[in-house]
Amino acid sequence: MKDKAIYFLELTGLNWFVPLAKIASGEPAGFQFQQLTKMIGLPLLAILAFLMFWHLGAAKVDTSLGQLPGPVQVWEQVKVLNAEHQAERQRADEFYQRQAERNAAALAKNPDAEIRVRDYTGRATFVDQIWTSLFTVFVGFLLASLIAIPIGIVSGLSQNLYNAINPLIQIFKPVSPLAWLPIVTMVVSAVYVSADPMFSKSFITSAITVMLCSLWPTLINTAVGVSSIDRDLLNVGKVLRLSYFTTVWKIVIPSSIPMIFTGLRISLGIGWMVLIAAEMLAQNPGLGKFVWDEFQNGSSNSLSRIMVAVLAIGLIGFVLDRIMLTLQKFFSYDKNANIR
Amino acid sequence: MESYLNIDHVSIDFPTANGPFRALDKVNIQINKGEFVSIIGHSGCGKSTVMNIVGGLYQATEGGVILQGKEVNEPGPDRAIVFQNHALFPWLTCYQNVELAVKSVFGKTRNRQQIRDWTLHNLELVHMTHAKDKLPAEISGGMKQRIGIARALAMEPKVLLMDEPFGALDALTRAHLQDSLMEIQADLNNTVIMITHDVDEAVLLSDKIVMMTNGPAATIGEILQVDLPRPRQRLALADNPDYNHYRSEVIKFLHQRHARKAA
Repeated sequence: MKDKAIYFLELTGLNWFVPLAKIASGEPAGFQFQQLTKMIGLPLLAILAFLMFWHLGAAKVDTSLGQLPGPVQVWEQVKVLNAEHQAERQRADEFYQRQAERNAAALAKNPDAEIRVRDYTGRATFVDQIWTSLFTVFVGFLLASLIAIPIGIVSGLSQNLYNAINPLIQIFKPVSPLAWLPIVTMVVSAVYVSADPMFSKSFITSAITVMLCSLWPTLINTAVGVSSIDRDLLNVGKVLRLSYFTTVWKIVIPSSIPMIFTGLRISLGIGWMVLIAAEMLAQNPGLGKFVWDEFQNGSSNSLSRIMVAVLAIGLIGFVLDRIMLTLQKFFSYDKNANIR
Repeated sequence: MESYLNIDHVSIDFPTANGPFRALDKVNIQINKGEFVSIIGHSGCGKSTVMNIVGGLYQATEGGVILQGKEVNEPGPDRAIVFQNHALFPWLTCYQNVELAVKSVFGKTRNRQQIRDWTLHNLELVHMTHAKDKLPAEISGGMKQRIGIARALAMEPKVLLMDEPFGALDALTRAHLQDSLMEIQADLNNTVIMITHDVDEAVLLSDKIVMMTNGPAATIGEILQVDLPRPRQRLALADNPDYNHYRSEVIKFLHQRHARKAA
């Protein structure tokens, strides 16, 4: 039970809580407290120092939108943004309730009445924007992975193919999302024509831009991982006369999982960064648009609200990375490998 | 009479920047069914290359390998290989490692129960039933090699190829495994080609020792027939004059007539 709990905490990257779990299970508290101070105390100290520095530094900077906000003002805006979200949700609930009542009444009067069900069209709140961004990055990342992993595997297995496509990878890898964006926008406008689109064009544009930028780390890492498989393992496959597909499924993928995930983690990080930039420039819904709107809005609260967004972006990026790390540890055969 | 396995005047060239490099030149070995043959030579003489050609992993430039009257030039389970570094799949348990081989070779001809029984039987053969659910990383080097042998035996090979199978093990573990291998060999009477650089190992295990000259263009220097009665006991042989005679023959070949020029 205890080992399982500790394994779970380590697997999910919540190493901070391991000493607490050990104390709870009755291990000598003294040593575990030392561990705890090291693992939680030191980062906490660094965060406090940062907040102090921010608080004092911000007070000295005057912008055209007023004084640069410190931690206190930013925390205020966290609460305001949350309150706005709650209020908006309530309005939405009320809207749907009114609509339901109205339709019920209409049906009661005349069973053949044509009832209309409309979506609530309120303003997107900060929290809504976060979900939009997360969904967009997820779709873009998924598309990128579905393309990059197979190509990486095939080109890792064939040196000739790798040599053939390597220049293309090297040329497209450093291209900034901002350079892709106009092209993607135009292509999506031209190709994605539908009377009743399932997704909005702006969403497709963002997702494809994310995809184009987060392809490369996964592709390269997969190819490197596959090409560095122990030759003997592949020879075992040859002796057993495994088919190409079975070799890939039974030998190549399991042994290159750690490298594939290293690539995926970098890709997801890049995808998240790219998405914010794309949303800002292309006015696609999401956190980037929130930042841009606040910047254009230029009220005295705008800078604080933008800083809330900055922190949210950072925290979400961190959580995404942790999730990938957990998946990586879960799928890797070498559970003792020190993956950071 | 046509021999069981005929390595017929095999030569191989490897391409290099300065033109082809002849690694092996007209290697010619005849092996009978049930014979245990060791190939011994200094490192770099191409003994592993011979094995890789028989295993089908390399293609001979000239000559060929004929097994039971048929030429073989690609890898297959009829020539199972025991690799020096065991080459077990680290993400599979010992049982699954052997099972993968059994399924690949007999998946179409045997049912699930037969596959399971055969896998367990081969684990039992190398005395590893107790560790069947462990991952390779959780067992010792000697145990890993036992699993490697079990996996190869499970393919029911016509020829078992062993590439310095005990080279990476310490002396005591090596002796244990050699004894186990002799036991298994007494039971199954496999045809075995073993690459080695250990003189004692070669004399103890083999019916025939193939001694190779140094490369480039390495070839067979001498073939020594070892006519020691089986079963052989390590302890009893230590003072056996025949054993010591064979041993000194091999040592003389390696260190007098074909000593490496620069060590």
